[in-house]
Amino acid sequence: MSLLEIHEPGETPLPHAGEASLAVGIDLGTTNSVVAIARDGVPAALHDDTGKALVPSVVAYPDAGGVLVGEEARLLMAHEPRNAVASIKRLMGRGAADLHTVAGVLPYEIEPGSGQTDMVKLRIGGKARSPVEVSAEILKALRARAEAALDKPVERAVITVPAYFDDAARTATRDAARVAGLEVLRLVNEPTAAALAYGLDKGSEGLYAVYDLGGGTFDFSLLRLEKGVFQVLATGGDTALGGDDFDRAIAERMLAERKKDGIADQVDEATVKTALALARQMKEQLSERDQTSGRLELGGAPSFHALGRAEFEAMIAKYISRTLDIAANVLIDAGMSVSDVQGVVLVGGSTRLPLVRTEVGGMIGKPALTDIDPDEVVALGAALQAEALTGGGDTLLLDITPLSLGLETMGGIVEKVVPRNTPIPVQLAQEFTTYQDGQTAMAIHVVQGEREMVADCRSLARFELSGIPPMTAGAARIRVSFAVDADGLLAVSAEERTTGVAQRIEVKPSYGLSHDDMADMLYDSLEHAEADVTQRLLVEARVEARRNLLALEAALAKDGSLLAADERAALDGARAHLEAAIAGEDRDAINAAAEALESLSKPFAERRMDRGIREALAGLSVGELESRVGE
Amino acid sequence: MDHFARLGLPAALDLEPATLDRAYFTAQRQWHPDRFVGRPPDERAKASTEAAGLNDAYRTLKDPLSRAVYLAGLNGVELPGDGKTIDDPDLLMEAMEAREALHEAATPEAVDALAVRSRDEMTKALAGLGTLFLRHDKAAIRKALLRLRYLDKFAEEARARRTNLQRVKA
Repeated sequence: MSLLEIHEPGETPLPHAGEASLAVGIDLGTTNSVVAIARDGVPAALHDDTGKALVPSVVAYPDAGGVLVGEEARLLMAHEPRNAVASIKRLMGRGAADLHTVAGVLPYEIEPGSGQTDMVKLRIGGKARSPVEVSAEILKALRARAEAALDKPVERAVITVPAYFDDAARTATRDAARVAGLEVLRLVNEPTAAALAYGLDKGSEGLYAVYDLGGGTFDFSLLRLEKGVFQVLATGGDTALGGDDFDRAIAERMLAERKKDGIADQVDEATVKTALALARQMKEQLSERDQTSGRLELGGAPSFHALGRAEFEAMIAKYISRTLDIAANVLIDAGMSVSDVQGVVLVGGSTRLPLVRTEVGGMIGKPALTDIDPDEVVALGAALQAEALTGGGDTLLLDITPLSLGLETMGGIVEKVVPRNTPIPVQLAQEFTTYQDGQTAMAIHVVQGEREMVADCRSLARFELSGIPPMTAGAARIRVSFAVDADGLLAVSAEERTTGVAQRIEVKPSYGLSHDDMADMLYDSLEHAEADVTQRLLVEARVEARRNLLALEAALAKDGSLLAADERAALDGARAHLEAAIAGEDRDAINAAAEALESLSKPFAERRMDRGIREALAGLSVGELESRVGE
Repeated sequence: MDHFARLGLPAALDLEPATLDRAYFTAQRQWHPDRFVGRPPDERAKASTEAAGLNDAYRTLKDPLSRAVYLAGLNGVELPGDGKTIDDPDLLMEAMEAREALHEAATPEAVDALAVRSRDEMTKALAGLGTLFLRHDKAAIRKALLRLRYLDKFAEEARARRTNLQRVKA
């Protein structure tokens, strides 16, 4: 018989600790996703039966039932466009206002009413589905691929996110993993993962730039590599800039050409998807040759479109120059100049475009590192980190916050609490105060972004700190604490510190819940908090009133003779009134009765004081008097 | 524990970046949350707090000016909060003249020249701080730090002005 082991709660050994459970690295991309595993420091992407590592990030819910992910889903999209969705990553943690259109039409069918204050939901295959659910399907497929390739259960993963992902998008990614049955060991920023893949391979040291242009997002990061330490110095980017924009530009051009030729298209979600698919093909061909053409058939009306590389490059020049502006600002943020950079790593499928390669190479003045497949490099780095985290590797990854975090203050101005490019984890706090006499509540609005005005930043959470005891304006000290963990996820708490009325409210900014849901949840905790404070103040009022009554009774017993009969009667009436109030539950009534009694007893107190002084002075010499006064 | 002690460094104004980095990396190797994956929640929470403390210390000590302000605070020199008006008439005059010059600078090169001058002034003032700390001359330290803080802000304004000029040109 083996002995039973008893563990403290939360201290049980890791599940499967004995059976070598594997941890994988996952690049959950806008266009394609990849799963990889590292063993003994050597990462490898996991392939399907046909030898492909890339899984198109497309999910389909066919009329026939079931769920398709990847290549099969992409094929189905051509036939049942309403049952399939691509580029779901662009919607993680996003509202309806964040979506881009082609000819005024979205390639998504938005669930009516969603995306106003919460994360947008899509109608796919006749059902409302959230980006978290759809992303979870991709993760499930990657997990299944890994389990098939490794013939072992896979329950843990390092998942990469764009460095510039905000809190809502990170939270959504974590939730998707949970739905897919994966424990997230760490969310790692994509550029950091890419550097990890290069750094460990080559043993490089020094300052490196990572230029990551994917399907939907752009990131530029500066990292310092030194003896196994990966220190991110600064990062910047745009979560709505990538290869999808190039596809959109080509699709819009084709639709405009058709219109000019007199074809009256019914532009809807399905035709936009078809036009985008063709645009994408043409874009990819232009990386190989100087000229391409395509046939677009919408509603039975075909049209032919020719596109030259030079023309295409002119169409996307503004996007590329925006990425270079962002890169220049990141260098300034890090206090570095281009000449300090030893090399630039290119990540993401869009860096295959010749224009991107020449422009980036020209700016940095160093050849771009491209010898690891730009589509796989992020997943390979994630796999290395997964191995390091489970096997206790020696590399150390020091990351930063991509965006400033702050609070709304008077006039809609943002007060930054955690500036961007702060190393994480981080815990920072700032004190605020009330601005009105007697103010008992303070609205706390947490925002993320670099702009000065709240309206220009992303709103993450709102809550109210109530139960602040009434004080003069500026006397209360409200401490708001921000904590960002190693995954880049934020928690905010607030408390009032002068009176010891400590209220702490943890707020996890949450996209999935509407503001109303969140308000309800917070309201519950606040209601209790407020009730607690009310109760406390009532108790304090009773204690104070009783203390005054006792003092008065003692004085009456000693000096009652100082009062006329009618004065005594009035005072007794006020005493009874206060005692009745104390027996009740109304703090204001108690305070009012106490005040009434105090003003009524004032003449009595004064007479007592006079008598006291006369008694004290009686029979004392001047000398004694002086010495007593001096005491 | 103060930031210097947390990183095992002497509380001094002079600090080589490489020395700070080494101390920081060594401490992070011990406390970074990545080292505590799969550990009990209380150990993980402690690691997170320690790592956050290290990051705060590193951030504060890395920049020479913020390090000087912090060290002055440890020595009982309190500076007014950011955005408070300047109470030193010499500095007020210097600030007004510099701002005027910046306003009149019409080319990026002219702005750069002002920025370089201001940076040189900063380097000089930082170098002079050491003596003041040795003398424990709190009033002089306070005066020098307020000026440094202003020079730092001026450099930032020059950067913004330069960006604007370039934008107009483009």
